[in-house]
Amino acid sequence: MIGWCNEMTSMSKDATVAEVEANASAPAGVSSSRKGAKGGKRNKHDASEVSKDRKIASNGSLAPWLFLLPAMVVVIVFFIIPFFNTLRLSFTNATLLNPGHFIGLDNFRKMFEDDHVKTALLNSSLYVVCIVPCMVFFPLILAALVSGKGKIMGFFRTSFYMPVVVSTVIVGLIWTNLLDDRGLINSIFKSFHWITKSIPFLTDRWLLLFSAMIVTIWTGLGYYMVIYLSALANVDPSLYEAAELDGCGPISRFFHVTMPGVRSTMVLIMLLSSIAAFRVFNEVYVLTGGTAGVGGQDMTMSILIKREGTGLQARTGYTGAISMLMFVILGTLIAIEYIIQRKADKDA
Amino acid sequence: MHKSSITAGKVVQYIFLVLFFIVLVGPIVWQIALAFKGPNDNIYAVPPYFLPKDFTWGNFTKALATIPVLRYVLNSAIVALISVCGNVIGASFAGYALARLKFKGKGLATMVVFAAMMIPVETVIISQFLIIRDMDLQNTLLAAALPGLIQPINIMLMMNAFRGIPDEMEEAAKVDGANVWQRFFNICVPQVKGTTTVVAIFSFVGAWNDFLWPLIVLGDDSQYTLTVGLNKLRGTFYSDPRLIAAGTVLALIPIVIFFLIFQRYFFRGVEAGGIKG
Repeated sequence: MIGWCNEMTSMSKDATVAEVEANASAPAGVSSSRKGAKGGKRNKHDASEVSKDRKIASNGSLAPWLFLLPAMVVVIVFFIIPFFNTLRLSFTNATLLNPGHFIGLDNFRKMFEDDHVKTALLNSSLYVVCIVPCMVFFPLILAALVSGKGKIMGFFRTSFYMPVVVSTVIVGLIWTNLLDDRGLINSIFKSFHWITKSIPFLTDRWLLLFSAMIVTIWTGLGYYMVIYLSALANVDPSLYEAAELDGCGPISRFFHVTMPGVRSTMVLIMLLSSIAAFRVFNEVYVLTGGTAGVGGQDMTMSILIKREGTGLQARTGYTGAISMLMFVILGTLIAIEYIIQRKADKDA
Repeated sequence: MHKSSITAGKVVQYIFLVLFFIVLVGPIVWQIALAFKGPNDNIYAVPPYFLPKDFTWGNFTKALATIPVLRYVLNSAIVALISVCGNVIGASFAGYALARLKFKGKGLATMVVFAAMMIPVETVIISQFLIIRDMDLQNTLLAAALPGLIQPINIMLMMNAFRGIPDEMEEAAKVDGANVWQRFFNICVPQVKGTTTVVAIFSFVGAWNDFLWPLIVLGDDSQYTLTVGLNKLRGTFYSDPRLIAAGTVLALIPIVIFFLIFQRYFFRGVEAGGIKG
């Protein structure tokens, strides 16, 4: 313990004399550490010295910064610097091999005329619009179904969460098999004579996007179900009893007690699922075998960034502009999400 | 009258439970069955059948022989392990400092972490790659782990957990002469075991399932993680779904076992870290 304090105080002394002087207790701390440095003083460490050490530890020393150092390095090197670098790149014509030079807003102008960007924006937005209602309602139904006690309900909860833990790449491969022209889904439809020709789930421009959405919903249901379960646990059980006494059936209880009780959670999930949906990459990438559909018609924003920003021909400057566009859209959603979550936490 | 309406409700409830079960677990089970179907099974039969008639382990041996699945599993395990260590250690240290120590610049440090949490990784992923390239680390497993080594969301989770410890505990230790490091390791860390476990598990699963970043940063077959390697299954075995099924089943097993062991922490983690969608 004393060893650490010694190091701390001597480091702060070396580092910034001003800081030590500014701190009234620091000189005393230094002297106590010098005593310690002469060795063998540990046992004589009396109460007054302890209180000095305490002040050092909580005010003047470098200890807090040592605690923070690894995290700060990683966060700054891999999030903060890349963010400002992306911003900088977006105003240049840099490529992977060439640092490029400042070109003003050209990238942004070009971006809004680029058909790939338009397609990606359309697909990612469509993804949000189609997926969010499903993510808000189906998991709530699931949560209401499995919210009871007992082993059977526990079994169903675990089962329903299973798709969440499996990598979306694996999930994508499973569904590639299922949705294939001769896959299980088409076979089932054929055996009921609903169709005679296979539905081209994996080749048609719109069906492909729709199939990817099905996969996303399939993997997300369990996740949002768990969020709803914790919200349902906070709904006053006496409300259900009262509703039952008033003659409400299970379905009307769902609409009149469950749904109002989790309203703030529904808003939260609406935002969480919009953010996740707009970022979609894995499902579309795997289902299209990395091609984003014929001629890139099923491109999403994340796939576009990956495609434009990697490889030897990567246009990092242009990709920076696309990244900033995505950041503005997502950043807005994330900021709203955070404000709402903060408010919900305060209310709770 | 009253009692019978309850049982009717229960029947409807269980019908829906079973339907959802078929929809959510069925595809996985179907894939497992497919992995055991031999060459004499008609996997395109109309109507389809579930149990293999020509049962075989051959698909697994063939998948293993064509694609080094075990190598990928090992690579993924290494990346996940680095990520777990980095997040548990780095986020605990930083979370403790931000939650319980007073120092100049704390507000700024908290803001930096918070700002980083708001940055969607896709929007900085190209710049992250440029930094890895400047470090000359591309194509290494370390590079696959680095950007997620200490995630801002985990720092926030640990910070909240440390905040929940009553001040009296640390005060008492201070009076007994414990310095900040002793208080951290002996008093505070044992109090936040639950959150630490959540951070560890989510770091593991996050790294294990990550796809976009390793796809960008790993170009060399021998360094592929499981997700990147499996993605190749589609190209390689496109003609034979049995082999794709075998590959995916092999990849499924570790993570499903992991989940079954730690499932209650999974649920706690989802409740604690809503933002990490």
